[in-house]
Amino acid sequence: MAAADRFKLFRIRGGVHPQDRKQLSAEQAIEPLPLPPLLHIPLQQHIGAPAEPLVRRGDLVKKGALLAASQGAISAPVHAPTSGRIMGVGGYPAHHASGLSVRTITLKPDGQDEWIDTLDPVVEPFNLPPDEIARRVAEAGIVGMGGATFPSAVKLNLRNRYRLHTLVINGAECEPYLTCDDRLMREQPEQVLDGVLLMARALGVERILLAIENNKPAAQAAMGEAAQAHAWVTVVGLPTRYPMGSEKHLVQTLTGQETPARGLTADIGVVVHNVATALAVHEALRHGRPLISRVMTVSGGAIRTPRNLRVPLGTPLSYLVDYCGGFVREPSRLVSGGPMMGQPLPSTRVPAVKGSNGLLALTDEEVRADREMPCIRCASCVQACPCGLVPLEMAAHIRAGSLDGSVKLGLLDCIGCGSCAYVCPSHIPLSHYFNYAKGELAARQRAQHKQNETKRLAEARSLRLEAAKKAKRAAMLKRKQEQQAKQAKSAEAALSETSQ
Amino acid sequence: MTIKPPLSAPYTHAGTSISRTMGLVMLALLPATLFGFYLFGWPAIFLFASTLLAAVLTEALALRLAGKPVRPFLLDGSALLTGWLLALTLPPWAPWWIGVVGSILAIAVGKQMFGGIGQNLFNPAMVARVALLISFPLEMTLFTTPAPLFSDQAPDLLQSLAITFGNPAPYDAVSSATVLGHLKTELGRGVNLEQAAAGSASLWQLTWGQAAGSLGETSALLILLGGLFLLYKRVISWHIPLAMLGTLAALSGLFHLLNPDHYAGPLTHLLSGAAILGAFFIATDLVTSPSTRRGQLLFGAGCGLLVYIIRTWAGYPEGVAFAVMLMNGCTPLIDHFLKPRIYGRDRRGEPLNYADNGGNN
Ligand code: SF4
Ligand code: SF4
Repeated sequence: MAAADRFKLFRIRGGVHPQDRKQLSAEQAIEPLPLPPLLHIPLQQHIGAPAEPLVRRGDLVKKGALLAASQGAISAPVHAPTSGRIMGVGGYPAHHASGLSVRTITLKPDGQDEWIDTLDPVVEPFNLPPDEIARRVAEAGIVGMGGATFPSAVKLNLRNRYRLHTLVINGAECEPYLTCDDRLMREQPEQVLDGVLLMARALGVERILLAIENNKPAAQAAMGEAAQAHAWVTVVGLPTRYPMGSEKHLVQTLTGQETPARGLTADIGVVVHNVATALAVHEALRHGRPLISRVMTVSGGAIRTPRNLRVPLGTPLSYLVDYCGGFVREPSRLVSGGPMMGQPLPSTRVPAVKGSNGLLALTDEEVRADREMPCIRCASCVQACPCGLVPLEMAAHIRAGSLDGSVKLGLLDCIGCGSCAYVCPSHIPLSHYFNYAKGELAARQRAQHKQNETKRLAEARSLRLEAAKKAKRAAMLKRKQEQQAKQAKSAEAALSETSQ
Repeated sequence: MTIKPPLSAPYTHAGTSISRTMGLVMLALLPATLFGFYLFGWPAIFLFASTLLAAVLTEALALRLAGKPVRPFLLDGSALLTGWLLALTLPPWAPWWIGVVGSILAIAVGKQMFGGIGQNLFNPAMVARVALLISFPLEMTLFTTPAPLFSDQAPDLLQSLAITFGNPAPYDAVSSATVLGHLKTELGRGVNLEQAAAGSASLWQLTWGQAAGSLGETSALLILLGGLFLLYKRVISWHIPLAMLGTLAALSGLFHLLNPDHYAGPLTHLLSGAAILGAFFIATDLVTSPSTRRGQLLFGAGCGLLVYIIRTWAGYPEGVAFAVMLMNGCTPLIDHFLKPRIYGRDRRGEPLNYADNGGNN
């Protein structure tokens, strides 16, 4: 193993140092969460097309059974987190700010927790061809578990279109409070590394970088020890700075290379996967286990006992809160993920999904919300932005209703990291503006698309009508001519008759 | 259980606020201000109080007229700071109405007419100072020699009240020119620098502050201390002060080398007048200075250059207020042309080129 401290790092601009508050849960070993009375398993727990249910109300399923099949290239199947009876397929509040109802399978555990072998374990997974590894990862329903939930197999197949040289494992975990990746690396370094090596085989890369922020020395040591035998694996200590875990910035810190705008890190030969994803790959290939649970950090000042839990997917979050001793007091905000980029949750009714890495119940003092004041052009946001944007001007354009203006200033290059809003002394919710504007833009594009489509259909229709009209006219003309010819003929005949 | 309506991330904050920033700046100004009080006695304190009070009242009135919430905006501390900065640049024994008129100008014309906090193009305190300098040249250039509190020269309380609030010149104030003013007049009469300097304060006096001058500008050392405190607290960055003082020092050094008889040296320039106050507290005003580091370097250098030009060749011995205001006017332009480079793009905004990697985008 190359020594972590000898690895040359590159500076990136911007970034902030939020208080990490990881001590709340960092020393809490991962505990398995007991099964709740009911699981609510959404059909869409990934970016892409929702999975299609294969079960019906009343069906009995075993743990690991395929519940819903993947639909198309960017999608992921869903498996049963335990054995039990299907109570129905219907609407249930989504793991989302809106809490809107989404298609969800409800499963009543039978308490047996009995496995079925949906995937066959492989004895020698390193002998599998790369495509086969990716196929099995797809089959296991594995998605990016750092929160992005992009189907992992799609990323493992990138070698077909790009020349790749490096696999980066993102163990930065730069969001405050979250310690689930830290715990995984400390508790299961061998398994994580195994998954990493399998992914590297699928990608065909020459080197692996395990990037871990310096505030996790135990994780660095554990992974370093596990990786000792592999000369092409390097554990790299990263400076503690948010957003170090942003893919493009992580890659630039490690390689010095900047990913082109609108591009993927694969454009510069690098693929990034998350620690938890690596463990899921290990479980899928070695043990034939699909992705049916994940580790989550439950923390925040309003939680009595912050913990790291292995949570069966579909578990209502209220169950996690209860397991952690409930709320000390009413939380000011309930957040899925970290406080910098996490999603607000409307209630604890919503279920845990593949992308949930944390549940935070934050108090007023932690949130430090304050009255929004006018921008004083202090430029703190400009200094903090890791993407070289000028947030104050982008926000001014959005406030004035000029989406195009904000796009010209780089709105679409904003990664939504929230650094700008974090430092703004006027407490302007800058990243909220940008997310809103991006949503507006997408909606506008959809509307435009729809309009074009309607226009195209209308045009096609009028062309069709026109053609039909023409054909009708032509037919009429023909008939007229025929008639005239007939008349002429009969007249002729009559004439010849009379002339006889 | 009910949970507050979900807003958007981030759900944590650095804990900064406008009032905290303004408070830190005032804290940084405190030593120099207190020293000014000591040096120039009760009249200075009365002037200071009237200037600040007028600033706050004007702000309150303007906010009310504009239909904005008065309390939170007043509590942000920005009006207080504007008044404070203005007071520091006034002759310490100026009559009360100089401070009051100045504050009204600063807040009403310099700030609220532009649309309130964050909208003004020019530093409000400097707008007021320049306007006062042009309108009341006599009152604005009548400097007293220091008469420290509790010393024999100091006026007593009644006399002090009369100085600030009474009829002009009831007390036989020992008026004196500032160093720069003195040098300018003497050099203008064809006296060479060495003789001219003999009649004015020594560099040591300038550093410590025992010299005639504005209320809070005299002690270069205490102002510098405050400036360093702001740097340490990251309220400001080093770019503007260093560029400004560096440029001023370099230019004055150059000309002093070329003709030591005629051009004062860098130390005189740096230590006298509002150079240090301007560099750390006025040019760095968040609202009116550029937002990128490169822009700030350019801005600071521009200020330094203009200060030197105005002090050396223009009609006023003092140049900081004019220089900063002129550069304030350039800020939008600087911000427009010196944007940071966007991640993944070149300076023109095109996506970076990369060796074709077989990808499809
Ligand atoms: S949210 Fe966007 S604009 Fe704000 S700091 Fe992050 S990348 Fe920059
Ligand atoms: S940080 Fe806030 S107040 Fe400062 S320039 Fe940016 S938007 Fe304006």
